[in-house]
Amino acid sequence: MTTEATAPPTAAATAEQSPQRPAQRLTQLDALESEAIHVMREVAGEFERPVLLFSGGKDSIVMLHLARKAFWPAPVPFAVMHVDTGHNFPEVIEYRDATVERFGLRLVVASVQDAIDDGRVVERPDGSRNPLQTVPLLDGITAHRFDAVFGGGRRDEEKARAKERMFSLRDEFGQWDPRRQRPELWDLYNGRHKPGEHVRVFPLSNWTELDVWRYIEREHIELPSIYYAHDREVFLRDGMWLAPGEWGGPRAGETLETRTVRYRTVGDMSCTGAVESTASTVADVIEEVAVSRLTERGATRADDRASEAAMEDRKREGYF
Amino acid sequence: MTTTTDLATADPTVHAQRDLLRLATAGSVDDGKSTLIGRLLYDTKSVLADQLSAVERATAARGGSEAGAVDLALLTDGLRAEREQGITIDVAYRYFSTARRAFVLADTPGHVQYTRNMVTGASTAELAIVLVDARKGVLEQTRRHATITALLGVPHVVLAVNKMDLVDFDEATFRAIADEFARYAGAIGLTDVRAVPLSALAGDNVVDRSDRTPWYDGPTLLEHLESVPVGRDAHAEAFRFPVQVVIRPRTADHPDYRGYAGRIASGAVRVGDDVTVLPSGKTSTVVGIDTFDGPLDEAHAPQSVTVRLADDVDVARGDVLVPTGETVTDGADLEGTVCWLAERRSVLGARVLVRVGTRTVRALLREVNARLDIDTQTVEVWDGIDTQYTVDATDTSSDTAPRALTLNAIGRVRLRLAEPVVLDDYATHRSTGGFLVVDPADGTTLAAGMIGPTLLDRLTPTPPPSAADDDWLAGAGI
Repeated sequence: MTTEATAPPTAAATAEQSPQRPAQRLTQLDALESEAIHVMREVAGEFERPVLLFSGGKDSIVMLHLARKAFWPAPVPFAVMHVDTGHNFPEVIEYRDATVERFGLRLVVASVQDAIDDGRVVERPDGSRNPLQTVPLLDGITAHRFDAVFGGGRRDEEKARAKERMFSLRDEFGQWDPRRQRPELWDLYNGRHKPGEHVRVFPLSNWTELDVWRYIEREHIELPSIYYAHDREVFLRDGMWLAPGEWGGPRAGETLETRTVRYRTVGDMSCTGAVESTASTVADVIEEVAVSRLTERGATRADDRASEAAMEDRKREGYF
Repeated sequence: MTTTTDLATADPTVHAQRDLLRLATAGSVDDGKSTLIGRLLYDTKSVLADQLSAVERATAARGGSEAGAVDLALLTDGLRAEREQGITIDVAYRYFSTARRAFVLADTPGHVQYTRNMVTGASTAELAIVLVDARKGVLEQTRRHATITALLGVPHVVLAVNKMDLVDFDEATFRAIADEFARYAGAIGLTDVRAVPLSALAGDNVVDRSDRTPWYDGPTLLEHLESVPVGRDAHAEAFRFPVQVVIRPRTADHPDYRGYAGRIASGAVRVGDDVTVLPSGKTSTVVGIDTFDGPLDEAHAPQSVTVRLADDVDVARGDVLVPTGETVTDGADLEGTVCWLAERRSVLGARVLVRVGTRTVRALLREVNARLDIDTQTVEVWDGIDTQYTVDATDTSSDTAPRALTLNAIGRVRLRLAEPVVLDDYATHRSTGGFLVVDPADGTTLAAGMIGPTLLDRLTPTPPPSAADDDWLAGAGI
């Protein structure tokens, strides 16, 4: 981590004060980083079998980076789990596999396709698999007896998430009951739970989208290439640029065209929209996000537009 | 009019200097709290177009407000149950920022039945906004919010005198309210109080300075939030380092590495400092302060670091490193003030878990010896003695179980702990003096507490009768 005093000291400052003497307040990013590391260490100290949800999206990548920092020089002391919709961006899967290899992680894949094949879930008429992730997620948690599950959810994303705790207790059906949430005081997180229950942990709760990008820039964190501007064949549906695929388009009346786009979130490729953008570096993206007039979910997630309470309902059912 | 927005901070050098202020608001919809927060978000450009259009749709769907105006209160609207009942049930967290500072706002409901949510929001806040309606002035509810702010040790308070437009921006009305609140706040130990006359609905003095209050030369609410000093003087505080996990890689690169990972709760530490491990009392010297980004010579709260010691002393999760030579109170007899958080009431003699720092120990609830009436700010003292060891969980009536604390009650307890813990007084050690009481059966958080026997008494503008006080002291001296 950096404190103000670890910035390169000027000649005058070096002459007058010890460069090691740190400033007594942390910058916003340092405060958020320290909080997230604290939360991850609490989980390592209190739980038997934690797992980190890793989609290859930027929030889960930042979480993994924080986990590496929290336990250094020891390796990350838990597995990562990918809930695989089967509708993947190839760039993201490549990134996932390279990351697992590079850091020697244990990867668990919970597959939506397998769940469909088994009959545990049924494909939706609209073809979107984002809402179908809940069943394989819960089945994966049960099968591996995970007791703490790190998610990259942030409270700034959505109003149901705004009321989420850092440590969020889920019953044996994985359900979130907003009325049964534990009060969370100071930095004393209560992770005790009954057998069969588990706790979702959100170390990035207090980060905003812009904070995540600024941290990616500061820490030189590598992301899948789809986060940056590239030329792609897309078609327009409901005001969003979607990529073609065997699962969903283009339909009659929708035409493919090549646009310069990038993605703000990573999800089911059939319903995750691209935004037109020429932002090809982290700095470009930060500038774009800072002046953006749309939230990342509003801009690019068809499933989150469904109703005023779409996220609240999915969270109650055990969604991320 | 000037508006500070996040747009100004696309410049990374400006952003790198930005710090973080955690604040809490307490109030009800009637006071205009939701409108005030909506106004802060809206005027700092923290509301994005799709959120705004959702609120416009919702405004229209609910009968709408006049002439296409957006109901700013809906920006902070939360769960379906809350929308249906038109109330706020739970703590919601909001984020906004300016060029100078980022803010995490804990938005808590104001009614007495949600005291536990106010306590939660205030526990991490460095500043609290207490909202009053200029037409109504300081009410019972205002005093309750101030009391919770003082109890949780929130260092800075803003009295937001809202709805000034409904009293014609009358200076005398504002002054009278500000003076009354200042007297009360001073009596319960709140030292830094700033009163701001504003109208959340119209935007006066929230972000932009109002030309309708020419008699007011203080800062707008946002200007004050941006300039109030945050952080603490780490060199003036005692060093406390609760150990979270022991880092032992046992890898080829680090075969013998052994470090203690944690977040510095208060104070600062340097390489070479002599430290004592509590509760064992073993001493050693700091030989390294490690981070992923490289070693440090010195670190301070609230940095997360890993500390290495010179000697192979036994250190585990739950232990606390403190400076050798400092007299630190530790022990197994914990006396403190609690806010009861659970639906089930307190039971004398109950076997519970107590969480202090990173340590969880078994404990016995020995006494509930006083209760604060939060609306009248009086303390009812019960002579808590060990003969009250009656376990009667079937009696859930607070009337017939007068020595019990029920949901949202604030009272003083004594707990006997199975093992000693560091007992820092919350009044002087806000980051280490808090504790939780947990039900071992299902993990429910029963109560949140603050260590120290005198905290409750400081919240009463008029001290309790001395006779009762003596009784309590006699009872406590077992």
